[in-house]
Amino acid sequence: MRTITAPDLEDIAFGAAVLGTGGGGDPYIGKLLARGAVEAHGPVTLLSLEELPDDAHVITCGAMGAPTIVLEKVPSGEEMLMAMRHYEAMTGKTVTAIMPFEAGGLNSCLPIVLAAQTGLPLVDADGMGRAFPQLEMETFNVYGVSASPVAMADEKGNLALVETDSAAKAEFMARGICIRMGGQANLVNYPMDGRTAKRVSVPATMSLAQDIGRVVREARSAKREPTEALIEFLGTTHYGFARRIGSGKITDIARKVENGWSVGVVSIAPFEEGLPYVIRIQNENLVVEQGGHVLAVVPDLICLLDVDTAEPIPTERLRYGQRVDIIGIRVPPIMRTPEALAVFGPKAFGLMAAYQPLGITAA
Amino acid sequence: MRIGIDVGGTNTDAVILDGDQVVGGCKSPTTEDVSSGIASALTTVMAQTGVPASAIQAVMIGTTHFTNAVVERRRLLQVAAIRIGLPATKGVLPMTDWPSDLADTLGRHSFMLRGGHEFDGREIAPLDEKGLVEVAREVRARGLRSASVTSVFSPVTAVMELRAAEILRNEVPGISLSLSHEIGRVGFLERENAAIMNACLADLSRKVVDSFRSALRQKGITAPFFISQNDGTLMTPEHVERYPVLTFASGPTNSMRGAARLAGIGDAMVVDIGGTTSDVGMLMQGFPRESAVAVDIGGVRTNFRMPDVLAIGLGGGSIVRDDGARIGPDSVGYEITSKALVFGGDTLTTTDIVVAAGLEDIGDRSRVAQVPASTIEAAIKEMHRKVDEAVDRMKTSADALPVILVGGGSILISRDLPSASRVIRPENAGVANAIGAAIAQVGGEVDRIYAMEGRSRDQVLGEAKAEASAAAIAAGAHPGSVQIMDIEEVPLAYLPGSATRIRVKAVGDLRMMQKEAAE
Repeated sequence: MRTITAPDLEDIAFGAAVLGTGGGGDPYIGKLLARGAVEAHGPVTLLSLEELPDDAHVITCGAMGAPTIVLEKVPSGEEMLMAMRHYEAMTGKTVTAIMPFEAGGLNSCLPIVLAAQTGLPLVDADGMGRAFPQLEMETFNVYGVSASPVAMADEKGNLALVETDSAAKAEFMARGICIRMGGQANLVNYPMDGRTAKRVSVPATMSLAQDIGRVVREARSAKREPTEALIEFLGTTHYGFARRIGSGKITDIARKVENGWSVGVVSIAPFEEGLPYVIRIQNENLVVEQGGHVLAVVPDLICLLDVDTAEPIPTERLRYGQRVDIIGIRVPPIMRTPEALAVFGPKAFGLMAAYQPLGITAA
Repeated sequence: MRIGIDVGGTNTDAVILDGDQVVGGCKSPTTEDVSSGIASALTTVMAQTGVPASAIQAVMIGTTHFTNAVVERRRLLQVAAIRIGLPATKGVLPMTDWPSDLADTLGRHSFMLRGGHEFDGREIAPLDEKGLVEVAREVRARGLRSASVTSVFSPVTAVMELRAAEILRNEVPGISLSLSHEIGRVGFLERENAAIMNACLADLSRKVVDSFRSALRQKGITAPFFISQNDGTLMTPEHVERYPVLTFASGPTNSMRGAARLAGIGDAMVVDIGGTTSDVGMLMQGFPRESAVAVDIGGVRTNFRMPDVLAIGLGGGSIVRDDGARIGPDSVGYEITSKALVFGGDTLTTTDIVVAAGLEDIGDRSRVAQVPASTIEAAIKEMHRKVDEAVDRMKTSADALPVILVGGGSILISRDLPSASRVIRPENAGVANAIGAAIAQVGGEVDRIYAMEGRSRDQVLGEAKAEASAAAIAAGAHPGSVQIMDIEEVPLAYLPGSATRIRVKAVGDLRMMQKEAAE
């Protein structure tokens, strides 16, 4: 069992930004909120899935909407608590454990706030293993847990409860409410018992985020190349494989709007000889190709890290001239099944590429 | 003709420009009172060129004085940090992530009230005017003379900050107010940080601008003067008195733009060696590459758009130790004229080294005659190594680029650099900052989130462009010369179709200079 204290939050926020694969929102504000909550209410207990009692009543939680909104309309810090109390009031159930629904980006830190405020344990797992743009892109949904009821709250105390027959519909309804709540809403969803959580969750992702932050921090202070240390470490985790796909300088970023989504194509000229790497972005980095050949594709993680500092660069901060390492990280087996790929594989993002897990040669 | 002046931590430089031509330039030590340093630089440059005060049409001043005050925690006021936005924002209190010594210096006077807006301009809550009156009483009771006011989404609509200012002025006569929408862009904590820092400079800014005024008056210069801001454009002195924080990054911007002009090339690495530090940055088409990350000033996170500059502890006043093996990062700073060996002091500085090496003739050369040759060689090697490493780190590709050396300390680098295709030492390199200030234009900027529902993209873009151009004209640009420099359009991620963040920057020539050119 781990305990999350205030100093751990730096590492967690760093790791969450790596797992954000360019999206998921800057964890900075989440880190400040979590730090304030942990300082006020004490450390948070992080329970592994093995330690989670089978009869626990688990809810998952996080925020939806535009991270840019959070940068300006800083949360009150009580939104998630209101959403959870609303869920309990409407269902008559009592929550006994809290799980993040998204380990990548800002959403890694918000459940820590709720856990600190309620004194409930935080489950060391999530439903995305990274960042994804939509609520149905969860292993919980893939393996049969209903997203509903979805309890939502904003900082003004406005509440909503959404009940639908599919996670995709819940996403559609909730996003509409989210806009009316000011572009950002906190929600509690995918209620399940402990036994189910063990079956349907991506394990140990909060501790993974923390370990990523720690490994990079330690490598920096040992004057070791941090990206190298990170790749080596990831190979020893349950994600099992990571590699440097390439390194180069950003030579072009084309952004455009398609169906209201911000879509971008980034070209990176390799430092050594070779054709440029081309990365397609829709909120997150989705696919990296070279000369029309797919090198890595969603759901595997494609992370752009600063070549010197290994600092992950969010998509909105990509600029001409930046020097980056392109890192590919394979997702764990629970995210690679045909059922999982149907929900968040290449096709779900409109990509033609077939999914070939990193580090596994096609048969 | 115009005069460009750069008031740095160590030196005050002045140049006279006739159109694009540098007529003359000089350096003079910065003084504690600022004013006499400027006056003496002006005396020298006007005597040297024979240009009379009456021929000067405009004076442009760049200064790092305010940045230094925050970094050194000197002459700062206590501040009432007033935030409007509850129930939002309560999760992160004002000055949360600040260095505690700076927050202590400012007194940690935080006040939070209901109010603020959503991204689309609707209210989060009505402004708590009664609460504000109580805050004003408390501000008076604590004897605070300066306040910052930051309201959620004030870059979208500033009405609550303006109303709060009205109430505060009524209740606390004579209070200095820093309204966040005048200072920063979207990004609440960073904008609030900037507004609080601005407020703590309220006294100093009036004194400094006054000293600029009196120095010019003393030299009989009646032409209007301007002060350069972060992006290299100009502000009126009245605006700087109220918003000194907008000058924070002007130093590196001026130096890089000045370097580009002097060298006549747009794509290069620039190394600006001052008295205490060297700034290394990259020029792309004559403008500095901007930093993509949040910038810390004195340990405080801000979201100013600043040139991406790497500062290293090497300057003309850097202290040399260990027989030349260790240089800086500390410097004798503006006390170089009393502390360096060649000026009769007792501290071995980098300037002493280049004099001892016979590369420059500054001060009394006989006073460095006893410095061993091995120390001289080791120190020169170390200086070159430091600069070369910094250039290499700031380059964005493996290709070698030309390196332009500027700043008073550029005399330190006399040899080739392995990372550079060639090293350019333009004429007047010592006064690039002042030249950058002198060639500055006038700008206007819009940066906000636009709700797109019920409006077309063209409509919204047109509105933003018109607003940026109007802002440039209001700041003193000649209407015919205003051009849209930059448009950035970023739809809000994860909120399809509902809102877009748009930034438009317009730049034009200073009105009076246009007029003179036409005559």
